[in-house]
Amino acid sequence: MSVPTARGLRDLLAAREIVIFCGPGGVGKTTVAAAAGAQAAAVNGGRVLVLTIDPARRLADALGIGLIGNEETEVDLGPGARGRLFAAMLDTEQSWDDLVRRHAPDAQTRDRILANALYRNIAGRFVQSHDYIAMERLYQIHSEGGYDLIVLDTPPSRNAIDFLEAPERMAEFFSSRFLRMLTAPYRNRLTNLASRPFHQIADRILGTQFLSDIAEFFLLFQSMYQGFVDRSRAVSRLLRDHRTSFVVVTTLEGPPLAEARRFVSGLAEREFHLGGMVLNRALPTYFLDPTAERVAARLAGGGRAVAGEAFPGHAEPDAAGRVLQEVGESFCRFSVVAQREADLRRELTGASEAAAVIPYMPVDIADMNGLMELGEHLFDAPGGAD
Amino acid sequence: MLPLMDRRLLVVTGKGGTGKSTIAAALALLAAESGKKTLLVSVDAKNDLAEFLEVGPLTPKARTDHPGLWALALDPEESLREYIQLQLRVPLLSRIGPLSRIFEYVATAAPGVREVVTVGKILFEVKERDWDLVVVDGTASGHVIGQLAAPQAINELVHVGLIRSQTAWMIELLSNPETTGAVIVATPEEMPVSETIELTARLRDETPVELAAVVANRVLPELFGTAEEALFEELVGGDGPARLAASAGGDPALVVAGARLAVDLRRNRAIHLERLRRELDPDVPLLYVPYLFTRTHGLRATRQVLAALSAELGT
Repeated sequence: MSVPTARGLRDLLAAREIVIFCGPGGVGKTTVAAAAGAQAAAVNGGRVLVLTIDPARRLADALGIGLIGNEETEVDLGPGARGRLFAAMLDTEQSWDDLVRRHAPDAQTRDRILANALYRNIAGRFVQSHDYIAMERLYQIHSEGGYDLIVLDTPPSRNAIDFLEAPERMAEFFSSRFLRMLTAPYRNRLTNLASRPFHQIADRILGTQFLSDIAEFFLLFQSMYQGFVDRSRAVSRLLRDHRTSFVVVTTLEGPPLAEARRFVSGLAEREFHLGGMVLNRALPTYFLDPTAERVAARLAGGGRAVAGEAFPGHAEPDAAGRVLQEVGESFCRFSVVAQREADLRRELTGASEAAAVIPYMPVDIADMNGLMELGEHLFDAPGGAD
Repeated sequence: MLPLMDRRLLVVTGKGGTGKSTIAAALALLAAESGKKTLLVSVDAKNDLAEFLEVGPLTPKARTDHPGLWALALDPEESLREYIQLQLRVPLLSRIGPLSRIFEYVATAAPGVREVVTVGKILFEVKERDWDLVVVDGTASGHVIGQLAAPQAINELVHVGLIRSQTAWMIELLSNPETTGAVIVATPEEMPVSETIELTARLRDETPVELAAVVANRVLPELFGTAEEALFEELVGGDGPARLAASAGGDPALVVAGARLAVDLRRNRAIHLERLRRELDPDVPLLYVPYLFTRTHGLRATRQVLAALSAELGT
């Protein structure tokens, strides 16, 4: 696979209008995206929006979006920042409501949809509804033109690739033959040869009443179909546009890394632009330092002897020996993991093509300083994790 | 509360990236090795399970590579076919065109249908086949609630029809704690712990399934206690490093840095572990699985997890 030899993410974030951070769940994607946005605003300047999905409470606090949700709010970057940072959290249900309000042909249809018993249930489950709504919101904000850069954190999908296809699927869904069958008037169903078997089966399985409940719901929605289809196609075009780029975030654990790989090839197949990779939570490379490894092995092998020699006459020689031995053993254990990570890194990136490696942060990010510190690693030239 | 391994169906879930597939694989292997005829089910297309057990790709048909252990990967389309033929007894589906397309639209339009097919297939295995234990490598937090609540949701939304008539026995199996238990996997980090606490509440409020255990995965070993930490600071302060350099054969600075990182990581995780323990119902067992300092993620690592779980469960 080919990862561009980026001169760090800094250039990417300076050149594009939309940068989408994606990858497997649980790798710190949300935090990385927020840090990238903050760093871009502080260093590159301009108006930057971080659009996030489900941040940890303390990260939300750090961004000042704890309770604000869907609204875009300015975040204080502190003194010396060149640009301005804004943040918003994506609320799927509220965004769906907004979408209905925008596309409904009249107030009556709008109110009937919003009041429909199935609407809540269905809106939350629509073909990759979270994925689609994130893209839709991105498109909306981008077309309003209020920001130089929008950084999007992607929702945790069952399959990370799914969300790339969400706009196409949405368009396909609304123009589908089956949806027309489902919403066809009852008398037509019985006479239409093509759809009759479908209805016979559907009736037996789901019951006529439930089926007509669903049909009513989609009939209401039908008035908005064209709007949905047009929008979905526009979103799809924007994602492939030269102004948009993707950054894949992963850790160096086996399963997330395997998913990240599938993701990278998925991007290429669909002709999306891969701007770089972020390897998050890497162990510091000093765990591979030959001198340190030798010292650690010596301590692990004979802490007591080293303690006796280095600190003759110590009051607690046994305890001192135990502590040194523990320190040595701990280092050796982490070395095994660091070795595995280094191996995966080489394999993954062909030596040094990764845009950024972020070292394991022993504490959670709780404020803008922490976010900035993480962001500095993103803007560093490719290389070591320490 | 019924011991974990005495139930007949364990649904393993948790936030993405917490290692739930490893835990599911280890639980299934543990059961198989204690003589239970065990089925491991993957509901996730990613098929990570195959890697943890070092077997070929899993398919909708159960395969066995370890004595007593069968494994399969659910395929929604295949499950639907089976569900409709075996449970709803509707034959000749081939006549209604490409099944996957129909499924896609019916499932999208009818809330709970997709989920009930998945859950139905699993429960069918529990009810009709002679497994002693079925372990499910479930979907991540958000999706699992929808799946476990699906039979009830269908029951409420659909008033007649074949699909409704099938929900009663499913609800019965799910709500019987002697049959079904959920296992949530968390790592001692901020988001996984928060999600676990949320999931515990949603499991209780929205599904009939009892929480059988929480696994705290990747717990880091404690480097040293408070008294020893003071001693550590003493040994590496002042002229300590120079003395150590002379006796241990090189500059110890990086080794000391490594020790500090280990202590900081452990300390931060201890905070989240403490929060997890505090917020969890004291009746629910909290099982600790250590962080594995291993080279690979294969069967060898799974066996280490198995050993840790076995010790925690007292088996």
